Amino acid sequence: MSLASTQSVAEIKARNKQLIDEVLKVYPEKTAKRRAKHLNVHEVGKSDCGVKSNLKSIPGVMTIRGCAYAGSKGVVWGPIKDMIHISHGPVGCGQYSWGSRRNYYVGTTGIDTFGTMQFTSDFQEKDIVFGGDKKLVKVIDEIQDLFPLSRGITIQSECPIGLIGDDIEAVSRAKSKEYGGKTIVPVRCEGFRGVSQSLGHHIANDAVRDWVFDKITPEAERRFESTPYDVAIIGDYNIGGDAWSSRILLEEMGLRVIAQWSGDGSLAELEATPKAKLNILHCYRSMNYISRHMEEKFGIPWCEYNFFGPSKIVESLRKIAAFFDDKIKEGAERVISKYQPLMDAVIAKYRPRLEGKSVMLFVGGLRPRHVIGAYEDLGMVVVGTGYEFGHNDDYQRTAQHYVKDGTLIYDDVTGYEFERFVEKIQPDLVGSGIKEKYVFQKMGVPFRQMHSWDYSGPYHGYDGFAIFARDMDMAINSPIWKKTRAPWKDAPRPTLMAAE
Amino acid sequence: MTQNAENVLDHFELFRGPEYQQMLANKRALFENAHDPAEVERIREWAKTPEYREKNFAREELTINPAKACQPLGAVFASVGFESTLPFVHGSQGCVAYYRSHLSRHFKEPTSCVSSSMTEDAAVFGGLNNMIDGLANSYNMYKPKMIAVSTTCMAEVIGDDLNAFIKTSKEKGSVPSEFDVPFAHTPAFVGSHVTGYDNALKGIIEHFWDGKAGSEPKLERQPNEKINFIGGFDGYTVGNIREIKRIFELMGIEYTILADNSDVFDTPTDGEFRMYDGGTTLKDAANAIHAKATVSMQQYCTEKTLPFIESHGQQVVAFNHPVGVSATDDFLMTLSRITGKAIPKGLEQERGRLVDAMADSSAHIHGKKFAIYGDPDLCYGLAGFLLELGAEPTHVLSTNGTKAWEEKMQALFASSQFGKDCHAYPGRDLWHMRSLLFTEPVDFLIGNTYGKYLERDTGTPLIRIGFPVFDRHHHHRYPVWGYQGGMNVLVKILDRIFEEMDKNTNVVGKTDYSFDIIR
Repeated sequence: MSLASTQSVAEIKARNKQLIDEVLKVYPEKTAKRRAKHLNVHEVGKSDCGVKSNLKSIPGVMTIRGCAYAGSKGVVWGPIKDMIHISHGPVGCGQYSWGSRRNYYVGTTGIDTFGTMQFTSDFQEKDIVFGGDKKLVKVIDEIQDLFPLSRGITIQSECPIGLIGDDIEAVSRAKSKEYGGKTIVPVRCEGFRGVSQSLGHHIANDAVRDWVFDKITPEAERRFESTPYDVAIIGDYNIGGDAWSSRILLEEMGLRVIAQWSGDGSLAELEATPKAKLNILHCYRSMNYISRHMEEKFGIPWCEYNFFGPSKIVESLRKIAAFFDDKIKEGAERVISKYQPLMDAVIAKYRPRLEGKSVMLFVGGLRPRHVIGAYEDLGMVVVGTGYEFGHNDDYQRTAQHYVKDGTLIYDDVTGYEFERFVEKIQPDLVGSGIKEKYVFQKMGVPFRQMHSWDYSGPYHGYDGFAIFARDMDMAINSPIWKKTRAPWKDAPRPTLMAAE
Repeated sequence: MTQNAENVLDHFELFRGPEYQQMLANKRALFENAHDPAEVERIREWAKTPEYREKNFAREELTINPAKACQPLGAVFASVGFESTLPFVHGSQGCVAYYRSHLSRHFKEPTSCVSSSMTEDAAVFGGLNNMIDGLANSYNMYKPKMIAVSTTCMAEVIGDDLNAFIKTSKEKGSVPSEFDVPFAHTPAFVGSHVTGYDNALKGIIEHFWDGKAGSEPKLERQPNEKINFIGGFDGYTVGNIREIKRIFELMGIEYTILADNSDVFDTPTDGEFRMYDGGTTLKDAANAIHAKATVSMQQYCTEKTLPFIESHGQQVVAFNHPVGVSATDDFLMTLSRITGKAIPKGLEQERGRLVDAMADSSAHIHGKKFAIYGDPDLCYGLAGFLLELGAEPTHVLSTNGTKAWEEKMQALFASSQFGKDCHAYPGRDLWHMRSLLFTEPVDFLIGNTYGKYLERDTGTPLIRIGFPVFDRHHHHRYPVWGYQGGMNVLVKILDRIFEEMDKNTNVVGKTDYSFDIIR
């Protein structure tokens, strides 16, 4: 059991404050002053976590953050499976974001579906010098020629596009007209814009508004008859199938999911969304913009939900049902009782192995808060958390609904800070990304990737929680962690070792 | 309900349950505006035809599934090969997140690298302040012995001058004036990751040899008997560099590995995170000027570095990722010729063992057709090995291969009767390869992880050799160079061939007459 759970809250707070002071000492004065605003110890009753967020990362520190391109192509647009997303610019961005987010989908890849492909205009020096618009025109023509079943195209701008002043909007308009109104979406998500991937989400949302919603054709309007129970899942990326294990619950309670954003999503589903009676929003950070827009323009209410762990699932199912009539409310109760035995069995099996274990998180989007409930369902405690690219409203939600008094909070944590915190706090588990995984495992700390579910999943919904519980048990209780220290290091009598 | 607590089903099984299958079918039928399945099938068949291939090869501007990455990745890869060196990428920060993830996904190891986090204001005013602050922060936090700077496309488009920026940063006290900050311009829109490796390595060597950016006198070469060795961008760097060290030691050659990243991508799990481990010492990097010769294992990773070294008075020699008997013979004989050291009995025995293994097994490989893709040197090395096994490297494709590479490949094909109908494809991508595999099928495909899509679509069994290999673990620990490395490659190819044989003969009562126990 970790140090954290054997101490009083006052002791934990004092220790965490001291830890913050310690890590700040390494920085030059100006940097220390800036970083100090991003580190805090949560005080119960405060409206937010008391940290600044969504500010520029400091040069030369190992920030975990990505860029606007990653937010738009990697997160929002990339998983729309029947469109072709051009990584417009040099080859690297598309290559590094190729197939790495596990947005599961069903379709014939390369024919009517393109989710695990990498399309790029592969900029060369001449394109920088002379501009890339002509190249883009040809790229679109060639896509049209080779992939006649693609439903649309997006242009995901990499850094040079904005810098050299290409007019991708003009190209998009002209080519769309030429191809009979085909949806062609320019997205100004150059990586240097903003402070993290977060701005990319916003830009991508705006592109949906301007280049999909504002151009919906009568044919798309007529695709199906509405029902009073139509909802859209927004901000579930179907990592390892998350959106599917969520969708099935909504359908079981009597709702009809007319669209899934973005995992296993299609252009038709984007176009259908304004017909929803309710938008239900999982990743608030990445998709609140478009949900607010639909509320204003089409009068569609939206509500946040959290499908990690039975406590939050129950809360969320009831919250969603409250927007509908008794039929749906009963449906929600039916779903809750149907899965309760499964949840009881999962918790009975795993809670004894995980009770009292401590966790430190550092992830993007919603997970630094949303998964806390799932850990608590297993008897675990989250002792530190922070967002890669959260905004103040994320920290408000975290403070008001999720974290306990004394939790260490670190916004846009630097590699250095995170390592020191983990070293001192010695949690039983760290949940973060691929860049952090091996650092902490070297230190002998169990780890789960909480972006990709460490290639497992789904983690959402009741079916997902069983996998979540199994995976956390597997990580923490793996016998390998007992072997990180060579036995002769602790031997009472010195064992002879060969000289180096 | 599909899920159960006793035997938790994850995505492999969960979604095959009837509830999920029904749900997905409804989604497709009602909401996805899916194409008629017959139409999907028609296009799928059409995409296999010579007609489609012609259209596909007529592409001029669109690149689909390229087998290359961008320059700064190679710069980071080379930079971490020096003692306590922190790679610092001047430009937007997202790129660095990508390089770190990409390398970590291949090696299953941490990758340390920082950026100067340039944003809109830097795009307008230049990134000087980001460099000044960035160097100071990195220096204080991560206590490196050297910071190796490279650039992203953003910094290159706005034209930031690294030399001047680093000088100014030092004047402002970001790092001490004598602290080593070599640099290289590595625009992502020129060349590929192998170009970046070359530029960064040259930048580092130039820094030490040519007077540390004008702050010290240039080094005077005082020739000694040492040999410098450069591995190049190589997904097998952990196994390969260690194998090369073993060979040098067996031969009694004094050597310096330039950019030795074998340890930093293979630190132990023992309770401590080592951000830096191993690497070429800075002293050795400087003293490398005195060496008798420099050997590059990969010509296309050292196109600028080698001429630079040669201009300082050393012999230089470049190989093309040698794999197998003749290529290793050539490598060892060249070492022997340069150093005057004999090739020891032990290596001769290893050679004999590889020949022995090939003689035992080549019947299973002889006459089989292969398609290969990857970096230009790797393709050359693998094609050479296949030719000496009596196989036909029918399609050899390199997205970052040049016209000159193509000529060299064609000359290799011409040198063997097994190369008669083989072709090199420079500048092509994996979507071109797809057409090649449909219209001129081969027996096996060799390449990196991304080939699994080609394997699925065309039914060509994939042998994973290259970078990146994300979906198999620990391959990078086993060398592909030297006779022992040749043995590893041989086994890898044979295993796949035998697996295919078993797969194609395992239907009881139908095809199992060839399901042999002895092969």
